[in-house]
Amino acid sequence: MMRFAIAVLAAVLSVAALADGQRAGASRVAMPTIKIEKGEACVAPTGDMRRNHMKYLLHQRDRTVHEGLREPRFSLKQCIDCHADRATGSVLGENGFCASCHAYAAVKLDCFECHTPLRETGAGAAAMRKAAKAR
Amino acid sequence: MSPDRRQFLAWGSAAAAGAALAPGLRLIELVQARSPEAAASALERWGLLIDIAKCSDCDVCVSACNEENGLSGHGRPQTDAHWIRKVELRDKRTGYAQALPLMCQHCAEPPCVDVCPTGASFKRDDGIVLVDKHICIGCRYCVMACPYGARTFVHEALSGQKPDVPRGKGTVESCTLCVQRVDRGETPACVQACNRDGASAMLFGDLNDDASEIHRRLRSEPSRQLRADLALNTGVRYQGL
Amino acid sequence: MIEYREIDGRSGGFVALLAVLGALILAGLAAAWTMEHQGHYITGMSNRIVWGTPHVFAVFLIVAASGVLNVASIASVFGRAPYKPLARLSGLLALTLLAGGLAVLVLDLGRADRLIVAMTHYNFKSIFAWNIFLYTGFFAIVALYLWTMFERRMQGYSARAGLLAFLWRLILTTGTGSIFGFLVAREAYNSALLAPLFIVMSFAFGLAIFILVLMAAFRWSGRALGDALLDRLGRLLGVFVAAVLYFVAVYHLTNLYIARQHEVERFLLLDGGVYTALFWIGQVLIGGVLPLALVFAPAARGSRNALAGAASCVIVGGLAQLYVLIIGGQAFPQQIFPGKTVSSRVFDGVVAGYAPSLPELALGAGGVALALALTVVALKLLPFLPRSLADGDLESSAA
Repeated sequence: MMRFAIAVLAAVLSVAALADGQRAGASRVAMPTIKIEKGEACVAPTGDMRRNHMKYLLHQRDRTVHEGLREPRFSLKQCIDCHADRATGSVLGENGFCASCHAYAAVKLDCFECHTPLRETGAGAAAMRKAAKAR
Repeated sequence: MSPDRRQFLAWGSAAAAGAALAPGLRLIELVQARSPEAAASALERWGLLIDIAKCSDCDVCVSACNEENGLSGHGRPQTDAHWIRKVELRDKRTGYAQALPLMCQHCAEPPCVDVCPTGASFKRDDGIVLVDKHICIGCRYCVMACPYGARTFVHEALSGQKPDVPRGKGTVESCTLCVQRVDRGETPACVQACNRDGASAMLFGDLNDDASEIHRRLRSEPSRQLRADLALNTGVRYQGL
Repeated sequence: MIEYREIDGRSGGFVALLAVLGALILAGLAAAWTMEHQGHYITGMSNRIVWGTPHVFAVFLIVAASGVLNVASIASVFGRAPYKPLARLSGLLALTLLAGGLAVLVLDLGRADRLIVAMTHYNFKSIFAWNIFLYTGFFAIVALYLWTMFERRMQGYSARAGLLAFLWRLILTTGTGSIFGFLVAREAYNSALLAPLFIVMSFAFGLAIFILVLMAAFRWSGRALGDALLDRLGRLLGVFVAAVLYFVAVYHLTNLYIARQHEVERFLLLDGGVYTALFWIGQVLIGGVLPLALVFAPAARGSRNALAGAASCVIVGGLAQLYVLIIGGQAFPQQIFPGKTVSSRVFDGVVAGYAPSLPELALGAGGVALALALTVVALKLLPFLPRSLADGDLESSAA
């Protein structure tokens, strides 16, 4: 039984090593493309956002949904308005701001099951940008 | 501060403030459009008054709601979302026929809120009953519990949602009283459409505000709740039923 | 001293049984995966019937899980010696049936990936939230109870653990019945009677499953099973079935007296189509009258086939009963406008259409198979079954 287990373990490890060796030097997942095309600065410093944006999102969503607090700077729409790709208008997709980092980090995105990843256009968008600037 | 403590303090100070004032006097003049940085307040209670006598077979309220909230159907009426629906009634004894729009009644004692295991179904301080889709697990117990059949379940993957109205597969949803519009100081889409293109049968307003039209009409004209026997204290009232 | 031993579990039949159960489990998982990815529109459930066939199976398994522990309770709590050798199997089935039922329930959730949310966010006004604690607590308590039975040094505590388990499952089954009993939204629910009805249902369904599993396990592992013991279990099953019929009768008679409830009673008892048929033929005849005849009729006395038949009928009748309650209760239109005929584009005022779909059936069957597979594997791993339950052995061990 013990010998069998060791044999299986050895087989698995050697296959893994082989697979890794074949790709030595090349990264299997594309580095994230981070194109900031709009806005002067984010609502918090870059390093802070990289580490904590998920915490801020969790905190803010409760404030908005349960208490009705809709600070324009912290709305998800505002994030998407700045960060959406200029061409596709989306934060998902091949060079999507959210998608490319999340694909690299292998963290599944749940937000866009419900929220649209597209930049808002039309009258609503103009009103939102005006409100954000007034802040 | 935890949200519970914050809420307790908010309630406590609201109660203290209310108790300290002479009856009928108000310290703060409530404006329809509150600032985006201000929280929903228990001093307001949003409601609808619907005069069925004016309601006929038009359904601009339904189209307006679908448009505002991005409720595109999939050609599957059994499972497609409906946040507001037109209902035709005929009295069993007399044959008298009527029609009315039916949506979430935004009860003060909502059965859907009582039964939700995670607290996703909740009542906001200003009386609007909502689903927090971040914590909805899609168990559909609230759909079972709603006496008005107001809740629907999203049976398929969605795309192209309206930016102000996130909705997704596997969660439950219902009429939000167009909370995104109310928070901007506007009226729900159904009310706006009814007044603009329909029979002007629907009125939206603050039930707590003595000066509001809805309050004055409820005070001076007969109205009733649907299933008043359930003592849910609905925010939607009907006339002519 | 009762001697317990694992089953051999090396025969072709054993492997075949696990293979079949495994295939059903895989089918259930495939169904859950498809429902999760494509959305529930592929099932027969709709906005009018939000709880369908998976819930019928899940509630059945959960209710039976609570009731199957009865056998152990009769031994530990009520001190009846002849039931003592059966206590371990009873505890095992309680765990495995509950696991199967909960698996179906969780996999049917619209957002099953949010189970961790359900375990960390609680609305304590919801009976569902309480049930989460009651169900997970049940696992822990029954595991503890089993440990007091297996571990020689802990056997002195067995009675106390048994009492705790007994009280816990009364609360648990009350909670399960109250899921429906607390709702004002459907005419068929909204009754305090549903909680005690679910308790006696649990006794009947649980014992029926216990009898079948006991007979099969002993037959297939070549162990002796006495007639006297089976006779006892059979008569007990008859008592429970009669109790269920009593509560059902009271429920309907009360409704028939209340004018406001006449429409829903007419629907359930007379012109509800499939629901009426399932009620009279499935629930009352097959689930009630037939088992009573098979168990108490002098001609059937001592017949193992009659007992197995009675137990099977109780199970079929139980599924029919839950189908009528859960699905029939939703199919009947909500009475939002009493005294009015109602119609709309989204099926107000009409009996909602529903037909079980393949994914739902597969998920439900997968849950049953999971419960049975876990039982079979456990019987092989640990000594749950006595070496012999021949009548002579029982008398000497009771002495």
